[in-house]
Amino acid sequence: MTFLNRKDIIGILLLALVIVVILPVCLDAFRLNLVGKYLTYGFVALGLVLCWGDAGILSLGQGIFFGLGGYCMAMFLKLEASSPENTKIQSTPGIPDFMDWNQITSLPWFWQPFHSLTFTLVAVPLVPMLLAFVIGLAMFKRRVGGTYFAIITQAVASILTILIIGQQGYTGGVNGITDLRTLLGWDIRPDHAKYVLYFINAGLLIACVLLAQFVRRSKLGRILVAMRDKEDRVRFSGYDVADFKIFVFCFAAALAAIGGAMFTLQVGFMSPSFVGIIPSIEMVIFCAVGGRTSILGAIYGALMVNWARTTFSEDLPQVWLLAMGALFILVVVAFPNGLAGIYRRYLDPLVDRVLPPGGGRAPTIATVESPHAPATVAK
Amino acid sequence: MLMGYSFGELGSIMAMQGFAGLSLFSVFVLMALGLAIIFGQMGVINMAHGEFMILGAYVTYLTSQAFTNYLPSLFGIYFFVAVTLAFCASGALGMLVEWALIRHLYRRPLDTLLATWGLSLILQQVYRSVFGAREVGVDQPDWMMGATNLSDTIQIPINGLIVMALTAVISVFVYLLIYRMKWGRQVRAVMSNRAMAGAVGIDTEKVDRYTFGIGCGIAGVAGSAFTMIGSTNPTAGQLYIVDTFLIVVFGGAQSLIGTIASAFTISQARSTLEFFLSGSMAQVLVLLTVVGILMLRPQGLFVLKIRR
Amino acid sequence: MLKDEKSGRTLSASRRRLLQGAAALPVVSLLPRGGYAAAPATAAVNTTGLAVTDDSVTVGILHSITGTMAISETGSVEAEKLAISQINSEGGVLGRQIKIIQEDGASDWPTFAEKAKKLLVNDKCAAVFGCWTSASRKAVLPVFEQYNGMLYYPTFYEGLEQSKNVIYTGQEATQQILAGLDWVNRTKGSKTFYLLGSDYIWPRTSNKIARKHIENHLTGCKVVGEDYFPLGSTQFNSVINKMKLVKPDVIYAIIVGGSNVAFYKQLKAAGVDLSKQTLLTISVTEDEILGIGGENIAGAYACMKYFQSLDNPNNKLFVPAFKKMWGEKSVIGDVTQAAYLGPNLWQLTAEKAGSFDIDKIAAASPGVEFKGAPEGYVRIHENHHLWSKTRVGRARLDGQYDVIYETADLVEPNPFPKGYQ
Repeated sequence: MTFLNRKDIIGILLLALVIVVILPVCLDAFRLNLVGKYLTYGFVALGLVLCWGDAGILSLGQGIFFGLGGYCMAMFLKLEASSPENTKIQSTPGIPDFMDWNQITSLPWFWQPFHSLTFTLVAVPLVPMLLAFVIGLAMFKRRVGGTYFAIITQAVASILTILIIGQQGYTGGVNGITDLRTLLGWDIRPDHAKYVLYFINAGLLIACVLLAQFVRRSKLGRILVAMRDKEDRVRFSGYDVADFKIFVFCFAAALAAIGGAMFTLQVGFMSPSFVGIIPSIEMVIFCAVGGRTSILGAIYGALMVNWARTTFSEDLPQVWLLAMGALFILVVVAFPNGLAGIYRRYLDPLVDRVLPPGGGRAPTIATVESPHAPATVAK
Repeated sequence: MLMGYSFGELGSIMAMQGFAGLSLFSVFVLMALGLAIIFGQMGVINMAHGEFMILGAYVTYLTSQAFTNYLPSLFGIYFFVAVTLAFCASGALGMLVEWALIRHLYRRPLDTLLATWGLSLILQQVYRSVFGAREVGVDQPDWMMGATNLSDTIQIPINGLIVMALTAVISVFVYLLIYRMKWGRQVRAVMSNRAMAGAVGIDTEKVDRYTFGIGCGIAGVAGSAFTMIGSTNPTAGQLYIVDTFLIVVFGGAQSLIGTIASAFTISQARSTLEFFLSGSMAQVLVLLTVVGILMLRPQGLFVLKIRR
Repeated sequence: MLKDEKSGRTLSASRRRLLQGAAALPVVSLLPRGGYAAAPATAAVNTTGLAVTDDSVTVGILHSITGTMAISETGSVEAEKLAISQINSEGGVLGRQIKIIQEDGASDWPTFAEKAKKLLVNDKCAAVFGCWTSASRKAVLPVFEQYNGMLYYPTFYEGLEQSKNVIYTGQEATQQILAGLDWVNRTKGSKTFYLLGSDYIWPRTSNKIARKHIENHLTGCKVVGEDYFPLGSTQFNSVINKMKLVKPDVIYAIIVGGSNVAFYKQLKAAGVDLSKQTLLTISVTEDEILGIGGENIAGAYACMKYFQSLDNPNNKLFVPAFKKMWGEKSVIGDVTQAAYLGPNLWQLTAEKAGSFDIDKIAAASPGVEFKGAPEGYVRIHENHHLWSKTRVGRARLDGQYDVIYETADLVEPNPFPKGYQ
């Protein structure tokens, strides 16, 4: 475990403690299910930390991958819920209800493979990664970056949303794919199922955190940071910058897709309202609030912003929108490193004093040093 | 669908479609010109551009109410007053926003995107609280409604003509400003090399502020024009934002000619396709083509220098 | 809405107060101090743990107060609150005052699902009045079925749905579409139809039904064009040119939301005169005309079950009451009225069932009649939709409709129409 130093381990253990022990004990099933939903956004934020925070690629279309992963899982669950006995009142039993309303009489070819769970589990990360690969290849090989790339990801998100809504016979349209019931016979709707799904989600998240940290601490991670700061120098040093960008973009897409699939399982439906521009930008803000270079911060950011949204929208919906807008502005202008930045400035020195030395000054999981800090030697 | 139409009818269709395309073109130009100035010249991404437009629309609404209540005899000309007021209101708000928010973020273009998104949320909520969540109807004087007949079968909507006239005026104004006036030279200097421009004595802060204000003012005029063809409600600004950005990016963000050319291409493509396909498919196809072309030529149609 | 339950007549305000006062006297003398006479014991009316106490019952209101749908849903919230305050002032339901918990769906369907779960699981509401778009209803339907709640859904919609846990107080597609098409064919001899819609399930499904009816049931009629536009689209010049060329007898428009405003303004600007070109719509109520502007749509026909200008005793009481509560400039569209029906139907059903339990309410619903409905009269069908009349109105310059046709009988709701699917 050379990619984790002592502070990292403590940080991860603390996160695990919070999401696996403290929250399930303190919250009822309904609120815990909500937390599970927030944690799925954490996957997206995690991907953005690597993609945006480390590599400097701002993607305003993570909703695309979140949605694609979610739709793959939803298609599998919907086929299972549309067994011939369940759908016997339809004109064509055995196909999803929205297809029946649209007078489609047989399952389209691209739905057929989703009868199999194995295929679905493979498709969930793979299909978005394929799309990310295509987009990345086209953009990064031509050295498109920064704001142009961001706007194009917005356009792709917009296109996908219009396509999904327009092809309502094949995708469920603006309603999305709803009324999902069982996973291989196991009913996902009752409370105890939600508990199980929550723990699976938490476990997957921790695993992805470890994976992300591993990537970051590897040589590849260093190149990503170098690319963000001085891309030309990295190129002149002989690295093919485009390849690395494509890799990290695909990696972020895969993470977002896993989040989408877990979302579908926990919430019980998927709709195009997660694919478009607005949700994609909101996913970026979770990452920004937590600290765009901090893996743990991203997850806490996702949790806190969503918790704030639910609480405020219950009591003061109008105030919430003003507050969210103000949050965007504050985080960007005053706290560009988000919660993690605040942690690093005020709490980290205290923690350093408590912990015995020996953890090294290598970038911890909670923060990555700013570009102007002295370079350190990896362990 | 081409079968069954006589040549005369086809001719009329082409004429009316051409006009529809021109009408759409002028709408796009109005939307994109303000954004092109801000994005192209200053590198600032203003996600709240739609909300500045809607501010212009609401100002037009208030003006029409004021004229109806206090100056009913002059209602026929209220629109011109409204356009001027819209320009001033959006421009003033733009300058305020630049001073309060944007000027801290010039080195961080991606962050301006997020910050202005937050601003758009705040503005939407303010409109909702002040004007209500519902749409407001903006009355038009009689002479602005209806169509003129160029011939028996060719009818041209009057407010389409007004929008085109407005667009032409604004475009000429912008051209003169940027390329013929001293102010424009300063703007171009700051855009090319901010440090040197400051070194030769140009007040870069003032230039930035006024440029942003003018860009937002143009957005306000666009919003004013839109009260004739669209709905005025707190969330209407969102409808235009993606299209507007794509037009600007497609045209090559630093070139105003590019913006106009790109608006022309996209508007004609879309209105032609809409005639033969349904609205949804036309929009998807046009977006896909634009994205595809951008992937092949990311700097857009016209470019002065390559942007990262 | 005021109703005298025994005779079904409505009462004028002063008579009402006199009767109330008179009715209260003997009852009050029999009561122990501080109790409502007719309140059955809580244990009898609530055996499933709903939020019911001896003097109150909690219901939920779930609409969008923010976001794009807030434009449309505000009216529904106002109507539901008016109905509840009227019911409360007359003694409440089963002797209990109604308390409201309001949640914001924020025009976001997953938020609707989440809030629905909260209202049912955490707040244990005895009924929920809410939703507007089909997407929000589809998102909350599994929640209502899983946790056994009761939703009163006010919007006219495409049908193809039926649930024990929903009462649909708006028309389903066949109620809105078929009678209107028959009327325009009969009175105007229309033969060619151009179908337009926003691109999502309700317009597409409705146009399918319309097309089947035109092609199979109206002799010599046909559909000469069909076009869809993305939600939020604002450019209609191309299709307006198409229609000018094709010159259909009837433009059948199901455009929704902000696009409505753009469409009618551009139609008017293109010189299409609605007093000469017949246009029939099922998606424009008085609320939408506020944004469109009466001058842009005057002359168009709309097919609804309620218009604010309806001339019957119930409506004559309802409109002033609504304006008194929500402002003189308020307009009341079809969905707003349907939302008003919700709490009233629920109250009548609960009184009939003698209980708040959802299963009992679902069982007691078919056959419940509301004689004080502003549209005149409605009755709940076994399929949980409403028997109601279909009406056609013509839009006026001032934003109101002239009611020019009304079906003689109530139209039966048929959410799964054979031969139209």
